[in-house]
Amino acid sequence: MYAQMVKSEATKDDPAKLAAFQVRIDAGEKIEPKDWMPEGYRKTLIRQVGQHAHSEIVGQLPEGNWITRAPTLERKANLLAKVQDEAGHGLYLYCAAETLGVSRDEMTEMLLDGRMKYSSIFNYPTLTWADMGAVGWLVDGAAIMNQVPLQRTSYGPYARAMVRVCKEESFHQRQGFHIMMAMVNGNAEQKRMAQDALNRTWYPALMMFGPSDKDSVHSSQSMAWKIKINTNDELRQKFVDETVPQAEYLGLTIPDEGLTWNEETGHYDYTEPDWNEFFDVISGNGPCNVDRLSARQKAWDDGAWLRDAMTAHAAKKATRNLAAE
Amino acid sequence: MAGTSNPTQIDGQLFEFLLRQGDNVLVLGHRTSEWCGVAPALEEDIALTNTALDLIGQTQLWLGYAGEVEGKGRSANDLAFLRDVYDFRNVLMLEVPNEDFGRTLMRQFLFDAFQVPWLTALCASSNQNVADIAAKSVKEAIYHLDRSTETVIALGDGTEESNARMQSALDYLWPYVGELFGEDDVDKAMHEAGVAPMPATLRGDWETTVNSTLSQACLTLPDSKFAHSGGRTGFRHTEHLGHMLATMQTLQRSYPGAAW
Repeated sequence: MYAQMVKSEATKDDPAKLAAFQVRIDAGEKIEPKDWMPEGYRKTLIRQVGQHAHSEIVGQLPEGNWITRAPTLERKANLLAKVQDEAGHGLYLYCAAETLGVSRDEMTEMLLDGRMKYSSIFNYPTLTWADMGAVGWLVDGAAIMNQVPLQRTSYGPYARAMVRVCKEESFHQRQGFHIMMAMVNGNAEQKRMAQDALNRTWYPALMMFGPSDKDSVHSSQSMAWKIKINTNDELRQKFVDETVPQAEYLGLTIPDEGLTWNEETGHYDYTEPDWNEFFDVISGNGPCNVDRLSARQKAWDDGAWLRDAMTAHAAKKATRNLAAE
Repeated sequence: MAGTSNPTQIDGQLFEFLLRQGDNVLVLGHRTSEWCGVAPALEEDIALTNTALDLIGQTQLWLGYAGEVEGKGRSANDLAFLRDVYDFRNVLMLEVPNEDFGRTLMRQFLFDAFQVPWLTALCASSNQNVADIAAKSVKEAIYHLDRSTETVIALGDGTEESNARMQSALDYLWPYVGELFGEDDVDKAMHEAGVAPMPATLRGDWETTVNSTLSQACLTLPDSKFAHSGGRTGFRHTEHLGHMLATMQTLQRSYPGAAW
């Protein structure tokens, strides 16, 4: 998934070094962990990569909600594999963030105490099996829009992590679309579930791109540093343009009466999401914020004994090996 | 010998045998899948999900073949999602709740230590389908056993708390292990037909693996020889299985005949 609303951090570095750094970025060079980088660049990336990693991990929960209820063995295996991929994405991304000097444990603590965020989309509930379709189709679809350009982002480890993540995400999107296909070709109740899932997921998916460009004042530095490649509105428009025909193909109605094809622009006009709802969700008042964080907190607390034991065993083993030498 | 028995009876017993194989991996696969997204560390989450995926894959093979042998047109999904508690044939140990990660891994280890010699023996089955499924599954089981052995040793050896948790997991699970080595008419028929060995003949191998691992894990083997039974015959499951099935089967039961 991806990072919303990451503010570019101010930087107070030597102007000559900053200028030289910008030359490298403009030349399309990748910045690697041991290279000099402005403090603001480092901090912004830690926030963005960390938020992205947390989104993957928290993002396991809404889909994990249906693993034990998947309707067939094939669907269960597919969903398990998908949620496992998300854990894998989290792992690559935490590793990428670690190259910037912050440990996975520190980032986890920052997630749990609210200093770091995760994507707003995971604060919505998954209520029927059709949500597994809608999440794959729309949420992974939106994530791909965000992440494909990030394969060209300036920080090497992040860009490389994105290459693998994107391959898997497109597979997830197809998997979600197939679930939706089965639902719309199914009985009346399944069709109802599919439409209901689209109704509930559409606007939260549009919100995944972050606020409108006119309200997003933090993008310019990130764009200059190529931490961010496209504006929020560009990506959102691309997503709408690609998704509308897919919904038509499924025979589902996008819950937006204002949705129309605009001949002049060559794009769909659409209704903006309710940004008040978005700001409520990112400030902790989404339908599932409390439950999601408490699930992560519980997993962290319940797992403490195991992590301690693994560390203690590794230390004992090292001592025994040393003694044996 | 197989040739002297009624073919229908042999098919019925083969069906029972296949359900035992399939239900073991289905039920354990379901339990391990419950950790997906909430395991104590990302690496454990990913590894345990791999195990769950392997087990669900094996379920498809065993139950798919069971459906063919039964000859009533039931698919692996029909067998997984449309049978009730008394028709399940898994051993009881696999259906009890996960509790903590320690119990989950201890159970995995106790089962893997059985499954590796068991599937290895089944590779030589007179029934080619059984041999083929076993040959595919045993590769996965060997990997599962490597991992669960390593984890049980680490957690037993780790800290005072982790040792106490692992000992308590072992004590809880111990009365359930005997059922793995049970023997009844189905086992005898499979043995006579050369489909499978008698499970009891694997006990020696199993004990060697278990004793060595538990000793490295600084854990004490419980004294009791008592063994619960009733899972592999379906006579009496634990109360836990019904709850698992209520969750697992909800969509298939709520929307009969729907395709997903």
